[in-house]
Amino acid sequence: MKEKRTLHRFAIALMFLYLFMPLIATFLYSIATDWYDTVLPKGLTLSWYVKLFQDVRFVAALGRTLFACSVAVGLNIAVMVVSLFIVSLYLPKLERFLQAFAMLPYAIPGVIGAVGLIKVYSSGPLAISGTVWLLIGAYFVVILPYTYQGTRNSMRTVDLPQLVSAAELLGASKPKAFFKVVLPNILPGVMVSALLSFSVLFGEFVLTNFLVGGYYETVQIYLMRRMRESGHLSSAVVISYYLFVFCLSWIALKLGQNFKNGNSDNLRGKKYELPHYR
Amino acid sequence: MRAKWAHISKNLWLTGALFPLAVMIFGFELLPIMGMLIDSFRTDDGNVWTLGQYITALKNPYYLVAIKNSLLISLLSSFIAIVVAAFVAYFITRLKPKSQEAVLTYVNLTANFAGVPLAFAYIIMLGNSGLFTILFQRWGLDIFSEFDLYSWSGLVLVYVYFQLPLAILLLYPIYFEIKEQWREAAHLLGASDMQFWLQVGLPVIMPGLVGTFSILFANAMGAYATAYALVGSNYNLLSVRIGALISGDVYARPHLASALAMLLALSLIAAMLTNEYMMRRIRRDLK
Repeated sequence: MKEKRTLHRFAIALMFLYLFMPLIATFLYSIATDWYDTVLPKGLTLSWYVKLFQDVRFVAALGRTLFACSVAVGLNIAVMVVSLFIVSLYLPKLERFLQAFAMLPYAIPGVIGAVGLIKVYSSGPLAISGTVWLLIGAYFVVILPYTYQGTRNSMRTVDLPQLVSAAELLGASKPKAFFKVVLPNILPGVMVSALLSFSVLFGEFVLTNFLVGGYYETVQIYLMRRMRESGHLSSAVVISYYLFVFCLSWIALKLGQNFKNGNSDNLRGKKYELPHYR
Repeated sequence: MRAKWAHISKNLWLTGALFPLAVMIFGFELLPIMGMLIDSFRTDDGNVWTLGQYITALKNPYYLVAIKNSLLISLLSSFIAIVVAAFVAYFITRLKPKSQEAVLTYVNLTANFAGVPLAFAYIIMLGNSGLFTILFQRWGLDIFSEFDLYSWSGLVLVYVYFQLPLAILLLYPIYFEIKEQWREAAHLLGASDMQFWLQVGLPVIMPGLVGTFSILFANAMGAYATAYALVGSNYNLLSVRIGALISGDVYARPHLASALAMLLALSLIAAMLTNEYMMRRIRRDLK
């Protein structure tokens, strides 16, 4: 039995080595001065990161990414919380439609979505192609499954109808019940899905490239354009990007575990992961 | 009468609050899908109804090869990932609960590493002047000198990388459907480990394996950024072809792109439905 456990640990360690190898290699490359004909880098430096964050073009790209992602996530969460609140309290018949439309984007990878969006928005009365507004609209749809599931699950966990009628019994009006009772209770769960959505959008390349590519350079587009020019600089982009997403997902995971009282059942009981289509 | 008016105005107010979501879903989800559907049944100039685009998509050797390549790389990368994940996920369930959680957290964190950054990392490692490429040359490991990252085998390697974390995360919960008592009972009745797995374990998790496989398949079929960043439009994959047809790398043919995109969407929906069906069979806790 003990022998087997060692084998299991060894296999898992091997898997981690495999999974983290690209990150380790990229990280080493991003702090290497010169590294092209030697086994190990000739020297170590942080100058690539300094250079990167002094690059006006990169900082601008970062700003654009943060802007588009924040607006899309903020708008989506606000609209989703209000809509799900109303649907689950007053219009439960609509719940099935809402679910169907909210989950549909799972079957639409960026390359399919781009075909339709370009068709509708590149000409005619709604010609907004090449603008950030089209991108925000597209992002809004991409994260629908995450925000829908996150918001709905937190509303189920707090038993929304019960909570609202309890608040009303104690004399709160509906809006007051929503802002003072419901919102604080579902906030941790909603935050988790917001962070998750943010990290998904932060890594979005396909829709961005097709819809606004040349006009609105995000971090992903910046990386794609510069990766053949400077390996070290691009490594710094990749590591910075990954650290950021790493932190977001880590906070989301921890927040999610606390929210569900931190038992290991939450990973087991999770319905299932679905594809990201990268 | 007044009660009725109150009812109607309340409903109006409620419907009004749902309006923003309805507009966004209609404008950026349904309208584009409908537009694409209609486009796929139109000739290139958009004036006449036709099945021609679908016929081109399924008859023209160029697109047929793209579909075949996509199917092949999706099946192959899903298969490799699921075989490895079947072992690793099981090993994880054998750890202490605390360690299980930690391991899954880290697997989850690497699941985000895909697309352009992943392609770049592999170029750093195994590209023409990649770290390992040079290392292997130094050590005189000739087996690796044949390897070309920008070819079919390189693409498979990178696809397997982004499939593996997803496969582990999907398979892990499935092992909890095998009850510990069943294993004890089997052993008491004299079954070996092998016999237990072949006659009890595997049949129980089989729907889960098939469901997971279909999700992985969809994940690879719909992938674009990783392949595009690695080989540009040179490699003939379905998603890459669709991209080239709308961005006009050669020349734009949006109607043909629509037909190819519809075919891709159908294959994804089929994979999703397979997964739903299989998961319902194994996870009795889900409704």
